[in-house]
Amino acid sequence: MNNDELKNMILKVVPEAEFSEEGSEFLNVTVTPEHLHKLAEDLKSNKDTLLDYMFCLTGVDWVSHFMVVYHLESTVHSHRMVLKVKIPDRVNPAVDTVSDIWRTAEYHEREVYDLFGIKFNNHPDLRRILLEEDWEGYPLRKDYKDEVNIVEL
Amino acid sequence: MSNIFSLISDKEKQSTSSATETQEYFVNMGPQHPSTHGVLRLLLTLDGEIIRKVEPHIGYIHRSIEKMCEKDSYQQIVHLTDRMDYLSCHINNEAVCLAVEKGLQLEVPDRVKYIRTIISELTRLSSHQLWWGVMGMDLGAITTFLYGFRDREQIIDIFEETCGARLTMNYNVPGGVMFDIHPNFQKRTKDFLKYFKEKLPEYDELLTGNVIFTERTKDIGYLSKEDAISYGVTGPSGRASGFSCDVRKKDPYSAYDRVDFKEIIRTDCDSYGRYKVRIAEMYESLHIIEQLIDNIPEGDFKAKTKAVIKLPPGEYYQRVETARGELGVYIISDNKKSPYRVKFRSPGFSNLFALDTMAKGYKIADLVAMMSTLDLVIPDIDR
Amino acid sequence: MNFSIYDFTEFIRSIHFWLTGIFSPALADVIGLAIIGVCFLLFVTLLGLSLVYIERKVAAFFQQRLGPMRVGFWGTAQTVADIIKLIFKEPLVTKNSDKFLFNLAAFIVLIAPFMVIGAVPFAKGLHALDFDIGLFYITAVSSIGVTGILLAGWSSNNKYSLIGAMRSGAQIVSYELSVVLSLLTIVVLTGSLRLSEIIASQSDGWWIFKGNIPAIIAFIIFIVASTAESNRGPFDLAEAESELTAGFHTEYSGIRFAFFFLAEYVNFFIIAAVGATVFFGGWMPLHIGNIEFFNNAMDVIPPVIWFFGKVAALLFLIMWFKWTFPRLRIDQLLTLEWKYLLPISIVNILLMSLVALNGWHL
Repeated sequence: MNNDELKNMILKVVPEAEFSEEGSEFLNVTVTPEHLHKLAEDLKSNKDTLLDYMFCLTGVDWVSHFMVVYHLESTVHSHRMVLKVKIPDRVNPAVDTVSDIWRTAEYHEREVYDLFGIKFNNHPDLRRILLEEDWEGYPLRKDYKDEVNIVEL
Repeated sequence: MSNIFSLISDKEKQSTSSATETQEYFVNMGPQHPSTHGVLRLLLTLDGEIIRKVEPHIGYIHRSIEKMCEKDSYQQIVHLTDRMDYLSCHINNEAVCLAVEKGLQLEVPDRVKYIRTIISELTRLSSHQLWWGVMGMDLGAITTFLYGFRDREQIIDIFEETCGARLTMNYNVPGGVMFDIHPNFQKRTKDFLKYFKEKLPEYDELLTGNVIFTERTKDIGYLSKEDAISYGVTGPSGRASGFSCDVRKKDPYSAYDRVDFKEIIRTDCDSYGRYKVRIAEMYESLHIIEQLIDNIPEGDFKAKTKAVIKLPPGEYYQRVETARGELGVYIISDNKKSPYRVKFRSPGFSNLFALDTMAKGYKIADLVAMMSTLDLVIPDIDR
Repeated sequence: MNFSIYDFTEFIRSIHFWLTGIFSPALADVIGLAIIGVCFLLFVTLLGLSLVYIERKVAAFFQQRLGPMRVGFWGTAQTVADIIKLIFKEPLVTKNSDKFLFNLAAFIVLIAPFMVIGAVPFAKGLHALDFDIGLFYITAVSSIGVTGILLAGWSSNNKYSLIGAMRSGAQIVSYELSVVLSLLTIVVLTGSLRLSEIIASQSDGWWIFKGNIPAIIAFIIFIVASTAESNRGPFDLAEAESELTAGFHTEYSGIRFAFFFLAEYVNFFIIAAVGATVFFGGWMPLHIGNIEFFNNAMDVIPPVIWFFGKVAALLFLIMWFKWTFPRLRIDQLLTLEWKYLLPISIVNILLMSLVALNGWHL
């Protein structure tokens, strides 16, 4: 399936999805948190897309909003795409988990929670993974301050 | 009377049930444990010696490499990646360099591609040699450890001669390699190929054909293809479950599109399959190096780059195949001298968490075999 | 005093007469026992030290390296230095452990091999204990050591230690059967459990050569089972450093750890000594039937050298497979014993009875 076909297929599920191919080698789809789980489930189970392998999951702090980025690939059709969720709420960022769709997401989501503070609803075991339980703040946020360890230049 | 009788029998019932029922208990495997190969902690729920649950606790050597990258220039980032998967350091460096070159739309000279590929394959060989030795040691055959190290030493010596370092090489820079290969490089590599072709069958003789070894690994640690894909288990571990995930074939980089090699896929899905895949990969690596070593083209060892690299705004994702699986480098640039965000998708992180599914119902001794066939490197997981 | 390297009977007797000449008979016996005790203490210590050194050198040989080379000539003083280090180390005891049993375990483990080594015949007449149930005594007493291992695992208050101890208990109880049955196979031929008689019965050839096929099967079973009984690789599941860190002796340090270590090596020696005595004629030189000329030539080599030579050969064999094979898993280990070795030994002992009845042996 090429990018245009993917686009049409996604538009059928989520008409509000935004697309961009600029500055990236993959097709980028940006959706809002409420559409994520439905779209993800569809992308995985639809026979034409079968995006069954998630090779990367990460978060980005764009200061105005957060973004969770899912890199997906189909092991059958070998097409790839990037799914992005824009989370405008900076105080209580939350998005549905996709760990029930891709098992590896469970641990990558824990890492995103640990370093960005983005909560994943319905996650089976949402705890910090790399840092200690009592660590204060979320280090990969752009407004994170650590005067002892980080030297501002 | 009957009342008293029933009381006694109740008590008896209790005592017999507590005698026959077993109780689950926890054991902390690690952070200091000989077979976790670093500071990995596994919280095991055991019933006798049978594993009910494995819960990995990581982060003991988290060095916040991703945060550090946000302050560093692109040339500096390369050096941090050595400290992730130190056994395939050259391949990690290459991943960052390729991502930066992709952003700059820079075509590197052919010579660089050949050198990178040869050294990548040598790195993979050295990593697999170390894995083979450690795998034997985990199963109680200490001699293999020293045999593995004996042969690895030859490769490390070649690296030392060419780039001055033995483990964390930092040989790659965006645009090429730091300096040209040593005049002896080709000769020594060819000598090594000859030497190791004789030694590799010894590995099979010592471990693969051993009855105890096959008993310990066959049908142990079953990971189905669906689970492997869902957990994102890549590299030799994924390919042993039938998951065709070799980035060198799927998404060729450097000179991999110019060489002929096989992607080793097995459908055993067990520890033995993972073992055999790595052994077969060593033969393939030798084959790749053989095709390239005599044909290194003349030319520059480095494309010209600016002193301060600024990537155009955008997202760059580069995947490479390290000795452990697929390493992804995700760079988001906002046209400054350091990246806006860098994410390393390390193979070990995804591979490790499949352990719970694999280990359920097996014994502690099997867990050790599974961990060594997953070939975990802890700094790679923690980053 | 007439001292002869070929026969110690006279020499021992003259010491005894000399002692009874000076002291009263009761006191002479006590002093005699004390002398034997001191001799064995020295012997066991030296044995432990040298076996550790030899093992390290043999391992180095298999692993294409040199082994200890720095302390003394070719590293010969390395083990002495290690012992000095262990003596000066702080003996740590874990919190909430059973301190009495914790200390006791180290001694029990060492007592068993000490008691057994008294029954080992080193040369003609060089023998502390020689009863008519010598072989039975050795197999019975050598299993006391497992009590120490179980106590050590239990009292350490450490789950790894406990798992190690439980494994070791299951292992020793199972493999004891095969060891005894394989030894009994030879006893069928000798008709005696007295070690000196077993050796005397081999004056015209060792049982491994004379005893037909069942003797060879018995020897193989003996080597496998006794290696397992002494917790040595590839059956070292009780320690299994890659799984249980160090198994039952995880929490032991300093001199108590040295006790465990020493006991392990003395047990190792005893296995080889018993194997050499029963299957290879102990101190008996290699004799072939009644070929006078050959037998006389072999007799020139002193029995002590024969004994230690055979023991060394067996030790090397056991070390060889320790440094080559991977470790078994606990269920595979027990399967090997109960499903293979034990039935084979039982059939083998029947076969041997047939051989003995029909006189098919030499």
